[in-house]
This record gives sequence, C-alpha cells and structure tokens, in this order.
Amino acid sequence: MADVLIDARGVVVAYAGQRTLSGRRLPPRPVLHGVDLTIGRGETVGIVGESGSGKTTLGRALIGLLRPADGSIRFDGNDIVGLPEMAMRPLRRRMQMIFQDPMSSLNPRRTIRSILSDPLLLHAIAADRASAERRVQAVMERVGLPLALLDRYPHELSGGQRQRVGIARAVVLRPDFVLADEIVSGLDVSTQAQVLKLLGELKRELHLAMAFISHDLSVVRTLCDRVYVLSAGRVVEQGRCEAVFKAPAHAYTRALIDAIPLPVVDAGWLTRQSVVAG
Amino acid sequence: MAEALLDAPSPIATSRHADRNRIRALLAQPKVVFAGGFILFLIMLAVFAPLIAPRDPLEQDLLAGTLPPMGFTGAEPGFLLGTDDLGRDVLSRLIFGTRIALIVAFVASALAALLGTLLGLFAGYFRGATDAAVSRLVEIWMAFPPVLLSILVVAIMGAGVGSVIAAIAIIDWTRFARVVRTETMAQAQADYVVAARVLGFGRLAILFREVLPNVAPVLLALLTLEMGIAVIVEAILSFVGLSVSSDTPTWGGMIAQGRQIIHQAWWVFAAPLAALFATVLAFNQVGDGLRRALDPVMQR
Amino acid sequence: MTAPLLSVSHLSAVSSRDGEGAILRDVSLSVARGEVHGIVGESGAGKSTIVKAILGILPGGIRLTGGAIALEGRDLLALDPDARRHVLGAEVALIPQDPLTALNPGRRIGGQLTDGMRLWRGLSGKAAEDRALALLHDVQMREPARVMRAYPHELSGGMRQRVLIAAAFALDPKLVIADEPTTALDVTVQKQILRLIRSLQEQHGTGVIFVTHNLGVVAQICDRATLLYMGRVMEQEATATLLERPRHPYTRALIAACPRYDRPGQDLTPIPADVIAACRAEIASLDPGEASHG
Repeated sequence: MADVLIDARGVVVAYAGQRTLSGRRLPPRPVLHGVDLTIGRGETVGIVGESGSGKTTLGRALIGLLRPADGSIRFDGNDIVGLPEMAMRPLRRRMQMIFQDPMSSLNPRRTIRSILSDPLLLHAIAADRASAERRVQAVMERVGLPLALLDRYPHELSGGQRQRVGIARAVVLRPDFVLADEIVSGLDVSTQAQVLKLLGELKRELHLAMAFISHDLSVVRTLCDRVYVLSAGRVVEQGRCEAVFKAPAHAYTRALIDAIPLPVVDAGWLTRQSVVAG
Repeated sequence: MAEALLDAPSPIATSRHADRNRIRALLAQPKVVFAGGFILFLIMLAVFAPLIAPRDPLEQDLLAGTLPPMGFTGAEPGFLLGTDDLGRDVLSRLIFGTRIALIVAFVASALAALLGTLLGLFAGYFRGATDAAVSRLVEIWMAFPPVLLSILVVAIMGAGVGSVIAAIAIIDWTRFARVVRTETMAQAQADYVVAARVLGFGRLAILFREVLPNVAPVLLALLTLEMGIAVIVEAILSFVGLSVSSDTPTWGGMIAQGRQIIHQAWWVFAAPLAALFATVLAFNQVGDGLRRALDPVMQR
Repeated sequence: MTAPLLSVSHLSAVSSRDGEGAILRDVSLSVARGEVHGIVGESGAGKSTIVKAILGILPGGIRLTGGAIALEGRDLLALDPDARRHVLGAEVALIPQDPLTALNPGRRIGGQLTDGMRLWRGLSGKAAEDRALALLHDVQMREPARVMRAYPHELSGGMRQRVLIAAAFALDPKLVIADEPTTALDVTVQKQILRLIRSLQEQHGTGVIFVTHNLGVVAQICDRATLLYMGRVMEQEATATLLERPRHPYTRALIAACPRYDRPGQDLTPIPADVIAACRAEIASLDPGEASHG
C-alpha cells in the first residue's frame, strides 16, 4: 500500500442557496455528498464523471481553493480544511495545479519568464534572479520549449505551447502533488498524446502524486493507476484501473464505459443499450 | 525537441514585446497623433509661458483697450488676439491660462483616479462586506449635487487652485471606483488569479501584481477622459469666481469676463472658449485612441 | 452507377488574411444517397471550411481558387446567391456544433422549429406546428408540447441538440451536414445523439456528412471517411478499411495516438516528427499551381 499523501474523508461541499426575487434565501445546493478519497505518494488517481458530477469541485477542494462544509482533507497529515492562508503557504508549494484553458490561466501581461520565476522567488527556492533563471531555463528545456519564448507574452504562443508553460509552472516548484483539471479536453489527438506523454515522464521523474480530472475514460486509462467514478456528487465506484475497466461493478460505470466509441468498427455498438443508473 | 515542431507556429508578429505593438497601434491612429501632439504643445506653452507669451498677462494698458484680433479693422500689431477692456493681451492671458488648466487636469484626475481605483480594486476583489460598503458609499456620494459639493469645498478651503483640485478629486473619484470595480470583478474570475493563489501568493500581492496590470488599460483610458472633464470643471468654477484670484488668468475667468463685454469685444469670450473646446477634444481623442489600441491586443 | 448525392471535386481555397496561405488543397470527395460520410481531421485541417464552402457561407477572408461542388449533379458554385439559397435551404440542412449559440435565446423553440417549414414548404402555422410536435416525438423528447413553448436556456445541452436535429430533418432534406454535433456533450448523451442521427438517417434515406476529430465516432457512425491534414486529403476509404488497414503513415500515426480504455498500460505514441515532415513535404511538392491533379 502506497504511503498516503492525500486523505479526504466525508467531504461535503454545498454552494450557498440563491436569493429569490422575494428576498428569501433558498436552501444550499449540495454538490458533493460526503466523498472519501485517498492518493498515495507517486500515485496517479483519475477522477471521472460527466458534467454536474462534482469532479471539478472535488479537485478544487483537494487543493484548498474552496472550503468544504464538512469532512476533512489531510495533506501529508495536515488537515487543510479551514487552514489560514499563512499556514497554508508552505503546503501550497507542495500542491500545484494545471488548468484546462492555458489562455486564461496565464496572466496576459506577464512574460513567460516572469510567470515561471516568480513562484520560485516567492517560496525562496531560488535565492536570487540568477538562480531562478537557471531553474526556469531547465524546466523550459524539460517541457520542450525554446528558451526564446521566455521573453514573450502568452498571446504570442500557440495553444500547445501555452499548455506546456502551464505544465512547467506546475512542476517548477517540484511539488509532491499536482491536480490536472481536464487538461487535455479540447485538445487535438496529437497534441493530447504529446501532453500525456510529457506528463507521464514528469510524474515518473519527479515521483509526483497526481489527481487527473477528466470526463474521458480512455485518457484516464492511459495515465492513471486508480480511478474514482463520480456521479451527482457521490463516488459510485473506485478501484485499480484494470479492475474497474475490465469488470465494472456499478451500472453507471458500465454505461460510461459503454458510451465510449473506440476507433474500431463495432456493428452492435450503436444500438447496444446500457441502463444508466440514477 | 522535435515534438515542438508539431505546435503550429504563432501567427502573431514576432516583436519581442507586446507593449511595442500597442504603442504602434496607438500611433497608427492619426487622431491620436494630432491630439497627442496638441497636448504636448499645450504643455510646452504652460512650461515656457513667460518666454513664449508676447506680453505680461497682468499688464493693463487702458489706451489699448478692446483692440480686435489681427486681421480685423482697428487691430494693432503686437496684440495677435486683441485685448480685453483693461488692455490686457488676450493671447498672453490664454497662454498663461494653460498653466492652471493643465495643472488642474493632471493633478485632479490623478488624485481622483488614485482614490477611486483603490476603493474600486478592494471592492471588486474582496467582495462581500467591503464591496457592500464601497458601493453604498459610491451611491450616496453620487447623490450629492456636485456643484454644491464643490462650493462647500471651496468655502472650507478658500479659493485657489488647491481647492479646485480637491473639489474635482472629491467629486469624480466615484467614476473611477465604479469602472475599476467592474473590471476587477471580471479579472478576478480569471484562471490566472486562481493559479496565483495555488502558487501561494497572498491576496494583496495578487491584487496589485496580477489584477491591477490587467485593469490598467481601462483605467488609463478613463484617466485621459477625466483630464478633459477636469479642465471643464475648472473653467466652470472660475467662471463663477470660485477658482483662483481674478488676477491670475484662467480660461474660465476669461470667459466670465468676456461674457460681460461680448458685444464690444467678442474675441475675449471666443478665444478661451475655443481653447477649452480644443483641449477637451484632444484629451477625449487620446483617451479613445488608447482604448482602441489596448483592446485588440486582448482579443488575440 | 447512380450519380452521387454530393460531389466535391478538386476544391481549393486560400486565406487572404495569412498572405494567401492555402486552406484547402485539391480536395475531392463524394457522398452517395443514404451514405454517412465522415470528414475527419485535427483542428486547422480544413473540415469546417469544406462545410462552409458547401453551404455558401465562407467568411470574407477565405476565397475558393478552384474546383466544383455539385448537389445531385447541379453545380452549386455556378448558381447566383439567391438560387443557391433556394437549393440549399430546401435540400441541405445543418446540425451545428454548439447547440447553445445556434438557437435564438429570445425566441421559443416552437417558433424556431417551424421557421424553415413555413418558409420552404409553405406550410401554414398550424400544419407546421403539428409537424414540429411530431418531429420532437421522433427525436424522443418526453414532453414535446412543453418543449415547444420553452426557451433554449430552459433545456439541457442534449435536449437542445435534439431540437436542432429535429429542425435539420424537418424539411426531409437530401443531405444533412453534422458539424461536430456531439463535441460539447457528455459522452453518454453523445451516444444517444449518435444513435438518433443514425436512425433518422436510415429512416429518411438522407445522406450525411459528419465532421469530427474523433476517430471513435467515425468508426461507429460513418460508412466512409475522408481524412484531412493541412487542407489535403491524406486518405479516403470505407471506415473499416481506414481503421484496420490504413495505408497512409499519417493515418497510422493518428490511430496510434488515440487513447483506448481497452488497452491497459498503453504508452501513447504522439505523431512522430518524421511523419509530419513527410506529410508537409508531400503537400509542398504538390503546391505550385497544381489544381487538377488526379
């Protein structure tokens, strides 16, 4: 059993109820109904679900961006729920995030160099600009980007290059854990393959724990050791990838797997019905 | 790495700095070049007024009263735009009036911007109680009649450039607060703000290092517009005699004076009015051009 | 051999914005009656340009430099805009990619559904409404009458797409163009929509052009497919042949880059740089003024 890095128990997240026109406040809408999840050191865990399943919310709770209404989330033994920002800062260095849309996750008014070196200076990993520059150049080379891009602004890069900068930023601090939130959705098959390959190499080299949020089970199978299947804010199935994919226990998982068209002609696929639970 | 070849090359210009692109876009608009040039010209006039103005603006010569501008019958050489009823040279007074106009324009708008931006930033970023408080303040503040407020300020502080500047700043900060608040709220939703939080930056650091630079374009455009407004407000205040003492020439003061002798010497009224119009137009054009130049960059 | 329903021959297009860069290079394809033909490729390959060329809605910056498009033998490019509108409006329908922006948020569904019928088939208001209700039933909407009165934002993404599918088949067109219609949908909803399109297509005997970047979707719904890269046809085959016995190295590389849930611990291979280089060389060698190449 891998050494546990992230241990979430009974996570409940609810968004505040809307105010109606008459001024009444509606009851809060629950998004996560008591989710349990663990991620071991160096382990990649897939969080899978369709829209409305709560997977994005779960990811944000794990990384401390939103506060659950109930439950605990332990990072390396520290409960991060309700932790004040100053206490959170040393932990933040160890948990990073890659975003779905690299255009909106890179500040359009900062150069790539600034985007990558500022975190190093903030956490005093680099003592001065010179050593920060060395590390920044190293990470740029690792993700396969030419050093000339360091002086550019995000809008001057292509989509694939921006995504790599996002990945570079996430690993430049050498974190223990990375949250990847739908990072290949909307990418071409070829770009997706490049990103996944890079991610696979990086997680092995840096011994990263990873939570990979996706709606695409095929991508999850490629990258993940274990998988959690979410539906309507609850975990309906979890386990090692081979086991879950080979013999899914829950009807929803079966429906989800069944709905994926493989690039192999299968005459009966279209009409094959799978009952969707819940 | 070979795989980097697979990324499509960026179609954007290969210039190293986006700022250079923006400046280029700005200067590509003729109206900005003209308007900006005019403002620079005004600044020159203001700074070098004693050297440029042909005569002392305060010097009265009753024998040379109400002389028309050059080109009209009865004009005398040396008085390009004629004289007022006290024999003072209109052109020289106009040039010296530039000083007050520009000082007020730059300082008052800067102060209004500073106050309004700070409040707008905090309201838009921290939301909740801060936003409620600032929004309420803005609403109440905007309900005050601006004229009464400025009279109040001048009454308390006494007439002078300082009170005019204070009055404008106190009244107009709300304009900045509202715009900056809206823009901040929009920018604060962006993923890069979330990214900065994940990286461990503190909230204030994020506000000033990540959000403010992205609010700056809108702010800059609003600032130039505010300069035009400040010039007009100063003119109005000196028109009603609430501005500097009547000796120091101001465009508003000249307009007030000229109004009274408009049938005998219309040029005393017309010249400062034209100057006012041209100056406000120039500020507006620059502001508009700034807005246009800065927007397309963001759309790429 | 009956004439094809739609035939695109040697179509070429350039973009006047990127300095006359080629968008389409000598593209030919044909769709038979009742056939589902996939246009596959990654973004920028030219898929939507072909669709827009067929529909006559090319944006201002793109210009056709050669080739022909014929619907049932009639040359569409030779028609003047009005005549073309008549032909296309009645015979060709579009299922667009984004159901949200394709529907007018300020109008009820009923009105939007009956528009085409009243315009092109001259149906009266009542007759059009009845037909619209029947169509909503065909696309398996549970409460057709309620949907007719609803506004787009009151429906889910899948329901909106069904409405658009109903609208597409409303006029019993000869050809339906589906432009990445399931990209914005959840995967379980996608399967339902694909099933729906296929069954309606079989029912009406309509020809379908299905634009997608997803090889899995191509495998399950298309009879034949055209694979594009940088505006050029790399391979064009019956789907089974394309996927099982691909001839072109690009096709093989693309298939190898697709993640599959049934292949454990697979190391995805991105498309190798030498395959890309070979494709580009192939395209470059054909470029200089080659409009009619076999």
